[in-house]
Amino acid sequence: MTQLLALLQAALVFGTVILFGSMGEIITEKSGNLNLGVPGIMYLGGIAGLAGAFLYESSAAVPVPLAGLLIALLCALAASMLGGLIYSFLTITLRANQNVTGLTLTIFGSGVANLFGGAMNKMAGGVGQISVAATSGAFRATPPFLSGLGVFSGLGFMAYLAIILAILSSRFLNRTRRGLNLRAVGENPATADAAGVSVTGYKYLATCAGAAITGLGGLYYIMDYIKGTWANDGGIEKLGWLAVALVIFARWKPLHAVWGSYLFGVLFWLYLYIPGVSLDRSSQEIFKMLPYIVTILVLVAVSIKKSRGNEPPANLGLPYFREER
Amino acid sequence: MEGAEAAVRMRDITKTFGPIVANDRVWLDIFRGEILALLGENGSGKTTLMNMLSGIYYPDAGHIHVDGREVSIRSPRDAYKLGIGMIHQHFKLVDVLTAAENIILGMPGKGRLDLRAVGERIRRICSLYGFDVDPQRKVYDMSVSQKQTVEIVKVLFRGADILILDEPTAVLTPQETDRLFAVLRNMRDDGKAVVIITHKLYEVEELSDRVAILRRGQFVGDMPTKNTNAGEMTNMMVGRPVSLNIERPEPHSPKPRIVAEGLTVRDIDGVTKLSGLSFTANSGEILGIAGISGCGQKELLESIAGLQPVESGSIVYLDPESGEEIQLIGKDPRAISALGVALSFVPEDRLGMGLVGNMDLTDNMMLRSFRRGSSVFADRKAPKSLAERVVGELGVNTPGVDTPVRRLSGGNVQKVLVGREIASAPTVLMTAYAVRGLDINASYTIYDLINRQKEKGVAVIFVGEDLDVLLALCDRILVLCGGKLSGIVPGRGANKREVGMMMTRLGGEAEK
Repeated sequence: MTQLLALLQAALVFGTVILFGSMGEIITEKSGNLNLGVPGIMYLGGIAGLAGAFLYESSAAVPVPLAGLLIALLCALAASMLGGLIYSFLTITLRANQNVTGLTLTIFGSGVANLFGGAMNKMAGGVGQISVAATSGAFRATPPFLSGLGVFSGLGFMAYLAIILAILSSRFLNRTRRGLNLRAVGENPATADAAGVSVTGYKYLATCAGAAITGLGGLYYIMDYIKGTWANDGGIEKLGWLAVALVIFARWKPLHAVWGSYLFGVLFWLYLYIPGVSLDRSSQEIFKMLPYIVTILVLVAVSIKKSRGNEPPANLGLPYFREER
Repeated sequence: MEGAEAAVRMRDITKTFGPIVANDRVWLDIFRGEILALLGENGSGKTTLMNMLSGIYYPDAGHIHVDGREVSIRSPRDAYKLGIGMIHQHFKLVDVLTAAENIILGMPGKGRLDLRAVGERIRRICSLYGFDVDPQRKVYDMSVSQKQTVEIVKVLFRGADILILDEPTAVLTPQETDRLFAVLRNMRDDGKAVVIITHKLYEVEELSDRVAILRRGQFVGDMPTKNTNAGEMTNMMVGRPVSLNIERPEPHSPKPRIVAEGLTVRDIDGVTKLSGLSFTANSGEILGIAGISGCGQKELLESIAGLQPVESGSIVYLDPESGEEIQLIGKDPRAISALGVALSFVPEDRLGMGLVGNMDLTDNMMLRSFRRGSSVFADRKAPKSLAERVVGELGVNTPGVDTPVRRLSGGNVQKVLVGREIASAPTVLMTAYAVRGLDINASYTIYDLINRQKEKGVAVIFVGEDLDVLLALCDRILVLCGGKLSGIVPGRGANKREVGMMMTRLGGEAEK
């Protein structure tokens, strides 16, 4: 029983990282932009938040946790939105190929993050020496009114924020005028344009807002998942790709992404909790494939069922140019 | 309309796309309480002109006045604010959304969507003009005519009182067309200005109060419809006198070429597309296929061409030289095409089947011939000269044979496709929608080409959507209704109403 609880707790923490990532990507993809820069944006958000908190904590005599938290949040949001803005400018204004731009953004993000991560390691006096204890503590503190929720209690506030954001974005997409306009832009931009919806505006806004949410995943990873330090092990990138897979698994619906992310977490950590089996490193890796295998199975099942509601936005990955004939 | 203030006045409107001048100093007046037909050949700039009024394009030069005030229409939203709404030829609807969601799309208003109130307003508009729209229905579940209705309601919902319809009847059956015209007359009587873009003369005569004619991007003139006739309008449109009769030479000793028996076809989802269809296509004869779109026309042609698995039945090809009977079912498409069975299918988007948009004319000609010859390298000379011949003979309007097909206008794309199929010297020529969206001049070129083939003893199977053309061109007309044979009528002396009824009901019995 305790084993099961431990597995679920680990899954919730793990799931929250990719839930942010894929929620942001769902919003982005609803506008017809396929941003494969998710890992890169998570890197940007993570490193910017860490850098902000690190500089604050090393300059302040007695760091105030709440101030560190706000600085980290602001830095993460700004950096990841900048990533989204670069992507938007290249693909929407200059109409560059979306796949190439996204992949490049991933490489760019990981490069930038590792560069600054390395530099901060040096300033802190060695690899793994970065510590933003006060800020990270603030991120990991459970809001008092949220205790006593069983397996859901004892998580950092961002885990709850992710669920709230998922509910909000689902309501936004399905219940509001702007949400309807956004969906139309991703499905059929020429139609949305003819109906008086600003296609460029919606694409820019959705991509930047999506990137901001995605970047929060990176911040959560840094502050909560690895407890406020920097590791050069490509962990964020791995989770970033899982977030992209989760978008497909959730069939572009934020609420499905919530349970999907926790399911991915369970599947990812399953190998540690299989009773009576101790696995060596190579067989562990086989188990870590499970989320991807499940995604493939979902893809197969969805394409057999062929329901129109489960398909990606029809114009996903394509540029839009009004006067093209 | 003497002395009345024009709802819209367009003056000296010019628009160019690269080197092509789509509109050259065009003048146009639109009045309320009047149906204006905008007439012109393909590529004469009708749609471009109206797109500038609806904010899709922005003119390079010229002035637009709405209700006497000079305006600048930079986006569809601006157009809606001025009460201008356009129903595009290719519907601008989002398939996965419902009718109500499509109608409300892009409208200003409260952040929260109240789809129930929207539904109410839609029903009110529908009852006012006599439409039938279910607000909760998803667009992908709708028929073409239902989609068009949603488009019209969408424009009315936005309060438009200047309506522009771009070739609205191209996809409708005669009955649906009559219903649409009735609705448009209702709107005119309600004081709205209606513009319909068309190249069908009988529509102009039947519906419009005034007609304005464009030729090669230039305004030729306008006049009250009752003061003119089809001949004069055609001359103005084409720029020279044109005979309006489609010729129909008597078939020359027809012999069965293709005999189909009990043809039954199901699609991937198991839906029956053709059931128990039997017919004969004779040499030297044009067999027309009539039917509402999606009634099995495509499946019929594709089963003959070997592209469609057939569940039961037989298709026998009688070789004109040896007289041999060859069963086509089970043969692969390449073998069938080697027998001389050619298929040119013009889909709604004109490029989907048969031509590759990004390749140039020569390469597209090569698609038919590249397997011939034994050299590793493909022969480019023959296709190039074929491309040049097609361009010359059919008058394809293109900068050169190395222009990507995608850049050509729809009519020119079709000429390339049909020209290529005919050049392969077939014994059976199947064409579907060969004149879809083509103007009079180009259409007549195609009819001519088809007649030449018929005189050469080719068995022609002609799938068309325009009943008037089917009735004038074909020797016999096979009417499909829901994948079943509704009847085969002789082309000479057939009645349009009757065929229309047969399309909607097996055997054509009227509902009592």
